[in-house]
Formats: sequence, structure tokens, C-alpha cells
Amino acid sequence: MLTPRGLQQRSHLLQAVRSFFFSRSYLEVDTPIRLPVIIPEAEIIPIQSEDWFLQTSPELCMKRLLARGCSQLFQICHCFRRGERGRLHQQEFTMLEWYRTGWSYVELMHECEEMVRAVTAQLAAEEDAQADISIHRAGKEISFASPWQRMTVQDAFQCYGGMSAGEAVGKGVFDQILVESIEPNLGWQRPVFLYDYPIGLASLARQKDDNPEVAERFELYIGGVELANGFSELTDPEVQRQRFAREIGRAGDGDTQQSMPEKFLQALADLPDCAGIALGLDRLLMILVGAQNIADVLPFSESDL
Amino acid sequence: MYSASDLRKGLKVQLDGEPYIVTDFDFSKPGKGQALYRTKMRNMITGNQFTQTYRSNDKFEKPDLEERTMQFLYSQGDEFHFMDTSSYDQISLTRDQMGDNINFLMDNMEVQVLFFGGERPIDITLPIFVNLVVTRADPWVKGDTSGTDTKPVTVETGYKLQVPPFVEEGDTIQIDTRSGSYMTRVKE
Repeated sequence: MLTPRGLQQRSHLLQAVRSFFFSRSYLEVDTPIRLPVIIPEAEIIPIQSEDWFLQTSPELCMKRLLARGCSQLFQICHCFRRGERGRLHQQEFTMLEWYRTGWSYVELMHECEEMVRAVTAQLAAEEDAQADISIHRAGKEISFASPWQRMTVQDAFQCYGGMSAGEAVGKGVFDQILVESIEPNLGWQRPVFLYDYPIGLASLARQKDDNPEVAERFELYIGGVELANGFSELTDPEVQRQRFAREIGRAGDGDTQQSMPEKFLQALADLPDCAGIALGLDRLLMILVGAQNIADVLPFSESDL
Repeated sequence: MYSASDLRKGLKVQLDGEPYIVTDFDFSKPGKGQALYRTKMRNMITGNQFTQTYRSNDKFEKPDLEERTMQFLYSQGDEFHFMDTSSYDQISLTRDQMGDNINFLMDNMEVQVLFFGGERPIDITLPIFVNLVVTRADPWVKGDTSGTDTKPVTVETGYKLQVPPFVEEGDTIQIDTRSGSYMTRVKE
């Protein structure tokens, strides 16, 4: 639960994010949070609202707007994922999501870095956003000076995981190694982008042209905390349909049966090349104010209600 | 049955036929990845601890645990004897099982005894607050070099703790059995 001072910091963060995107001619949108069909993802469980769903992400609607001719979009919205409760998770949380046509994940990684730096500087009331900024976490100083580190998933697994990423996927321990052995080491000197994820773990990301084994996807880590997930967007409706079918097939017993997002797949035919990213705004605020628990940066956490 | 999403600090589950309590818990989920439930478990009988990561589809049996109100009768060597006040059944716990509870245990005290599988006593819970008589208290000297405004006393069970300077030998004081700390002086 936030104090009046904390609420002010949260308000400043929202304001700083908006000014960053407005200064770059992004259009702010507010798409519906209650949807009849959501992204089929085996590992994300939606919360039902009558026979519709609360959004797990604004991705489908935002991409449909890109297909309609928008070129730069951002949205700050609440997303809902059932059963996700922990130090870094709340079932209802705040997402910042943005898209840009004509870009790949490379340019987007760079813009993500610029956005977090600009917002951090503004919160620190720094006059010059180019000046070196740093934050403190767990007794360590993390420098936000450019350029931030970039590391492939493959290298991270070799370095910290004790096996290749492909081997980890094959043994079904990719997520466990990532969480237990890799993530705690990431982003303690500078923020780090982990990139090029095994293709089998990508649902909506484009396959890398010169390496069919990986998808053009990245995640941002600061002080061991995963903050953002971005990718070059898959624009092929047929490949997308196959991937959704795979996700629907993986859903376990007792999970809500997902259906195919037909209108989204229809719109995908008109989606230009683009890149998009989702960033957990609550977690960014945690990093900036040095909070250990996501509940500490929310106006009300679930247990406050 | 519990599922992994029920896991939280303090939950009691049965693993390999023995009762365990979750002493530490964290939920993790890498972006687009599986939910992982990372726990530290303590065996409620042996006290052994281990850490384990569970997945969404893991299931846990509920341990057969039951608390009964019992009265402390006496101790003999390392054995502490209790009686069920309704059935008059008697049981005993070892000094190891008693742990720090012996610091606050008085004859005839009513406690909650935890049974596993119907008849095996494995733990006790004392009343949260107990009143004990101070059997030894040194006079407090103002300007004591320790620089604190408390002094050590000994209570009738032999337990030592820090109390405010006005507490004297023969006073009855209330102690919180969870922390072992002084709460207040009790007027006779």
C-alpha cells in the first residue's frame, strides 16, 4: 500500500512515461480490458468475466489498431492473470505496452533503454537526461549509463545455467534454470537485455532470419528483476494460427478452454512489420524506489482490499 | 488435496507419509514461462529442512493433524508428561520436541498438543501469554554502563530475560511465549 508520498512517485512515473512517448509522437490508446477472446497461452490463466475474459495483455487489440493503419502506439493499462501472486506478481497489475511499425527488436531494445533512462532521470529530477544515472538495490549500485548490456539466451545458459538453452528446453527445465540460476545474476552492474529465445517458447514473436532455432525476442532485467518482454512481431497469419493451436493444445485439464482469436488472425494479414514490448510498470516503480515487494508500490494490493 | 497454487508460508502438507510445514515461499514465473512455486519445507517431526520447486500440476496430501487441549503433569528426566483433560489419556514428549517451550511451562498449565496420524504427539503450543514470578532480580543502577534501560531477571522456570528497571523480585510478570519477551507487570 502506498503512502501519499509513494502515490506521488507513482503519479510522476505515469507522467514521465507519457511525456516520453508524446515527445516521440506516439499515440496513446485505451483498448477494452474485457474481451470475448484472448491470446491463447498455455502458461497464462485468464480471469473470467461472465462468459468473457479480463485481458491478460492488450496485445491483440493493439496489433489490430496497427493493422488499421496506426504506426506508433502506446498504452498504460491493467492486466489480469489468475493465480499469479508473489513478491513480483499480483493478479492485477499495470502494463505499459508499445508498438512501432518499421522497427525490429533491435531498435526497440534501444528505445526501451532510452525510455527507462529518461523516466529515471525525470523521477530523480535530473536536469540532463544524458547524465549518468544509477539506482541502488540490495546494497549494490546499478549504473543506468548507456550502453546497457546485451546477452543472448544461449550465452546466459552457458554462463550460469550449466547447459545449453536447447538442452534445457529438451529436458523441460528451461524455466526452472532461468529462474533459479540465471535471473538472480542478471543486471547488477548495468541493466541487461537477454535476447534470442528458443523458437519453441515464442508464441507471437518472429523467427530470426539467419537462425531458425530462435525467435527475435528479448527481456530486460535490472537487479535480477525481469521488467519487460519485447519482440519483432510475427505477421504471418498461418504461422500464428499454428502457434495458437499448439498453445490451445497444451492447456491442461481444468484450464479454461481457449478459442482461436479469428478476428485478430484476419487483421494480421494487414499488419506491417513492427516490433512491440510490454513492460511491468509496477516493477519499474519497485526498481526506482527500491521496493522489495510489488505490493509496496500499488495504491492497493490484493491483500489491502 | 492441495495444489501448488495453495502453497504459502505456514501451509502444512504431507510428503512421503510425513507432515511438513512451508517455512519459506516464493512464486516465480519467467515471462511467458511456467509458474514455479519455490518453497522451503520443514519436516514437523524431524525438523529437517529442504528446498524444492514445484509446478502448477503438483498435488499434495493434507496431513492428518489434530490439536487437543492437554494439561502438563510433570517432567521426569527428558520426558514431559501431559494428560488429556477429557479422556484422561496420558502422553509424553521429549525435551527436543519441547524446544524453547520448557522456558514457560508450569505445572497444570493447559497447552495444545499437536497429533499426527491420530496418536503421535509431535508438537505443543503454549498459551500466547503466561504469568511467571520473578525469582531473582538485581537492583538497577542508574547510569549502568550497558547504556540500556532494562535489566536481567530470572523467573520461576529458570528462564532469564530483560525487563524494565522497576520490576523486582517477587513480582509477577507477563511474557509473550512466541518471542520470549517481557510484556507487562501483573498486579496481584
